[in-house]
Amino acid sequence: MTATVDAPTAELGKARLRKEDAKLITGQTNWTDNIKLTGMLHLAFLRSPYAHAKITRVDVSGALGQPGVIAAFSGADFAAEQGSLPCAWPVTPDIVIPPHPPMAVDEVRYVGEAVAVVVARDRYAAADALASIDVDYEPLPPVLDIRTALDPGSPKVHEAGNKSYEWVFANGDVDAAFSDAPVVLERTYRQQRLIPCAMEPRAVVAQWVGDEVTLWSATQIPHVLRFALSAFFGIPEQNVRVIAPDVGGGFGSKLQVTAEEVLAVLIGRKVGKPVKWTETRTEGNMTVHHGRDQWQRIKIAAEADGRIRGLSVDLLADMGAYLMLVTPGVPLLGAFMFPAIYKMDAYSFKCTGVFSTKMPTDAYRGAGRPEATFAIERIMDELAAELGIEPLELRERNWIKHEEFPYTTICGLTYDSGNYEAATAKARELFDYDGLRAEQRLRNERGDKVRLGIGISTFTEMCGLAPSRVLGSLSYGAGGWEHASIRMLPTGKVEVVTGSSAHGQGHETAWSQIVADQLGVPFEDIRVLHGDTQVSPKGMDTYGSRSLAVGGLALVSACDKVVAKAKIIAAAMLEASADDLEFSAGRFSVRGDPEASKTIQEVALATFAAHALPEGVEPSLDSDATYDPDNFSFPHGTHLCATEVDTETGFVHIRSYVAVDDVGVVVNPLIVEGQVHGGIAQGIAQALYEEGVYDEAGNLVTTTLADYLVPAAADLPSYRTERTSTPASNRLGVKGVGEAGTIASTPAVVNAIVDALRPLGVQDVTMPCTPERVWRAIQAAHGQPAHGQPAHGQPAHGQPAQGTEQSGGMA
Amino acid sequence: MIPAKFDYVRPSSVGDAVSALVGGGEDAKVIAGGQSLLPLLRLRLAYPELLVDIGGLDELRGVTDGGDHLLIGARTTHYQLVHDPLITEHCGLLAQAAGTVADPAVRHRGTLGGSIAHADPAGDLPAVVLALDATMITAGPAGSREIPAGEFFVDYLTTALAPGEILTGIRVPKLSADWGYRYEKFHRTAQAWAIVGVAALVRRSDGHVAEARVGLTNMGSVPIRAAAVETAAAGAQASPEALREAAAGADEGTQPPADLHGAPDYRRHLARVLTGRALEAAAGV
Ligand SMILES: Cc1cc2nc3c(=O)[nH]c(=O)nc-3n(C[C@H](O)[C@H](O)[C@H](O)COP(=O)(O)OP(=O)(O)OC[C@H]3O[C@@H](n4cnc5c(N)ncnc54)[C@H](O)[C@@H]3O)c2cc1C
Repeated sequence: MTATVDAPTAELGKARLRKEDAKLITGQTNWTDNIKLTGMLHLAFLRSPYAHAKITRVDVSGALGQPGVIAAFSGADFAAEQGSLPCAWPVTPDIVIPPHPPMAVDEVRYVGEAVAVVVARDRYAAADALASIDVDYEPLPPVLDIRTALDPGSPKVHEAGNKSYEWVFANGDVDAAFSDAPVVLERTYRQQRLIPCAMEPRAVVAQWVGDEVTLWSATQIPHVLRFALSAFFGIPEQNVRVIAPDVGGGFGSKLQVTAEEVLAVLIGRKVGKPVKWTETRTEGNMTVHHGRDQWQRIKIAAEADGRIRGLSVDLLADMGAYLMLVTPGVPLLGAFMFPAIYKMDAYSFKCTGVFSTKMPTDAYRGAGRPEATFAIERIMDELAAELGIEPLELRERNWIKHEEFPYTTICGLTYDSGNYEAATAKARELFDYDGLRAEQRLRNERGDKVRLGIGISTFTEMCGLAPSRVLGSLSYGAGGWEHASIRMLPTGKVEVVTGSSAHGQGHETAWSQIVADQLGVPFEDIRVLHGDTQVSPKGMDTYGSRSLAVGGLALVSACDKVVAKAKIIAAAMLEASADDLEFSAGRFSVRGDPEASKTIQEVALATFAAHALPEGVEPSLDSDATYDPDNFSFPHGTHLCATEVDTETGFVHIRSYVAVDDVGVVVNPLIVEGQVHGGIAQGIAQALYEEGVYDEAGNLVTTTLADYLVPAAADLPSYRTERTSTPASNRLGVKGVGEAGTIASTPAVVNAIVDALRPLGVQDVTMPCTPERVWRAIQAAHGQPAHGQPAHGQPAHGQPAQGTEQSGGMA
Repeated sequence: MIPAKFDYVRPSSVGDAVSALVGGGEDAKVIAGGQSLLPLLRLRLAYPELLVDIGGLDELRGVTDGGDHLLIGARTTHYQLVHDPLITEHCGLLAQAAGTVADPAVRHRGTLGGSIAHADPAGDLPAVVLALDATMITAGPAGSREIPAGEFFVDYLTTALAPGEILTGIRVPKLSADWGYRYEKFHRTAQAWAIVGVAALVRRSDGHVAEARVGLTNMGSVPIRAAAVETAAAGAQASPEALREAAAGADEGTQPPADLHGAPDYRRHLARVLTGRALEAAAGV
């Protein structure tokens, strides 16, 4: 038997320094933008200055005479071959998926949409020549507010109208849960538009040799991209190679088949030379797919003692101008997460996907789950305030007890493991919850100008995307498996090939640790290969916290196969029966005769020599394995945040932040720590700082990092992080950690702000909670009662009240 | 960065720099630390044809003790302002404010002269030199000029510098030990520009404010002296209540901008609150 959770071995759990870091720190990284090929030409895109307009004429001829310019094209030049960028997730049978040409031909639908391209000898010449292209536009009315976009009189983004789809889910008797409930609360929350800001901008290099094309791209999904180029753009799959060299972060934004990738391939073929494009930060802010952008109406029905009876959620999700790779599916990833860790009798969910004349939205760290977690954790605090129940106590009255696992939720998900009590107890203690509550009371009594608030987020999420059968049932266009292979080299070293495509997560280190344990070889003897479809031909890539929980498990299967074969060869070498051999710490030994043994390295060399292999055994010690999970995994944890809110200026200072996460078995605590830190930072960024803003003409206002405020170390607190561990039910016991921090932290911070200001009558602050918004919320609440209106008399589900006391209710 | 094409010279004397600027006419620009100019080039918001790099002019760098004043070279970086002992001793306000500019990378490159010549009303140092009653010293085709800070900032990103003129230094009167100071900067992230900033200087005597000077950052198209506050504070008791009362007029005569980080009414409110805080800190109460 190979090592499992029950027999932890040397490498699993070790805080190994990352193999990747030396080259990152010493500048030896191979970013796509570093690639220089002989004869390489550079692209610059002319982009629409209009949110919505007809293109009546494009004349690129002016650019052709400019210095260094080789060619220039407009959308019409690609009309025959550019097809439509793919949407792989038609969530309903009647979903509207409008055509999405990589380069606009006769209409533009967001500011930044590509309308022409210059190909030049260097990128300066390319950028200079853009000014010599003439485009005539006939402006059309933009569609900027999805709350009114479905009104009959609204201008249309597409001929077919502004509604893309409506997706519903319900379980239990929702009407009964709400009809005579002692308490019903309804809130509308805004998930603002976010712009992913990976450190490495997007970059592409495309090179054709004969009928073969190689595409280097700063992508998270080389395998999906190869498939897409072939399936949707007619390049035979065997002729497409996609390479994701070192990739500097993605957060979902590089989980995409982009216009620029497709166009680089098409242009490279037209000009017969390698071509390169690297976005500027401003271009990136405009045209990397955006995240979130939802209006969430959430209604909760509860008993007087706080027990939840039912939950009802109605979302409006801004798709932007087109449906990109998984645009419509993102809100659905949250659909199953609103009930979170709580038990209830009934749940209903509806999401309406709406088009606007903005950059399309798509996956962004957490994708659907941060939105859901935010809404449920915010309304749990509101319910606690309404009922006068301590908010942690309210959660405990409702959550699934540790002895109840595995537990099937109202959404039909089976949570395999968890212990909310343990994580919460630990967080409470580290945070000094009771001490801070006492200080808060004192300061409220004194009427301090700077108020203390305590925010709670007892979150869970579903990750390890995903069981293929579940994806199928949700109409997703692909499977959720992952692939791995192991190659024992003659000298006993190991090459590991993974279909996961790391872009900052530390796979090379973590995968080495797993294989070191499974095969009993030194950590240093393992090399992990990924991110090139010629090296790693099969894979489903990296997103949705899936790499370890799916790809890691594929790795274990691949190791099993190598060990099984090596055992047969070792048995022959030892002149014993394979059944009598034990494998431990890299050594096959005959049971009862410890002297008689062979290391796996000796077996590898003997296999290479192939002098005395048993009958029918091929001279190789390699394996391939593909793993399809049978369930998601469900990390959880308790995050507590203390904020100091300056009521005079509205400034929010995070005083302390405690995160106790349960991500199951930890392969490398250092990597987990890094993911938790970065994740929390990104969640805090949504709570306090970041927002992608369009003006009333549909221009993106936040085109630079001076306006789109990404917080830096100086703005963030020192987190106190701890872990509890309930192993997941897979062979490694692992759950995934890539998104947990982001999912958990946003509501913890906003709950803390509202908690600080509730005595002043504030019930909500719209994200990001800028000082101005906090100040205005205090001004608006001045003189109003400290608690929400009693819910009695509110209409039951199905006919939600218009205009709750929250700002910006849905139309 | 993908700027448009430009020529570049790096003269070795102030005279050569002035000649180069004059030769380049309207399309020539001085580049010092590049921390404001390069972003403009990168975004193609400016298209100079000639950049005159004053980075080689060492005589424009550093701080000299002039008896009753300090002479600060235009090329002195924010980092040097923070760490220079003369500045800390005689006009600590400048060191404190320079320490709030951007981040360490920007502070190592960006210069005092660049900040002043750029005249961004959201920049921290213009309001500070205004409150310090500093004098700008220039070199140009017609020789050297001295321009009081109060006349230097003409409009948004516009100064009293004439074509071909270079800012060579800033003369700052030394503050005696009975002056207290505070730069109160309000911004959303540590490296961000001020939504509002307040530079306050208070001279105390006998538990009262003998004299107060207040400069406001980002409350109009140029840095502004809060005259109403200065008048109200003079002679007031050095108590939090009295100083807050004096600060109530901080937004008088201002025309604060509107942007993502704050509407004008919010900025007016901030100016009052921050001025109160800055005065209290400067008065040591
Ligand atoms: C990320 C970032 C954040 C920033 N945040 C802040 C902040 O919070 N607060 C703040 O105050 N500033 C901030 N800045 C701007 C910074 O302070 C700049 O250093 C300063 O504004 C310009 O100084 P410089 O030497 O870099 O000038 P340059 O960029 O070289 O030049 C700026 C302008 O001044 C002119 N110029 C420069 N020197 C002279 C001279 N001697 N004579 C005549 N003209 C001259 C140039 O022609 C140009 O028009 C920030 C900059 C960056 C990049």
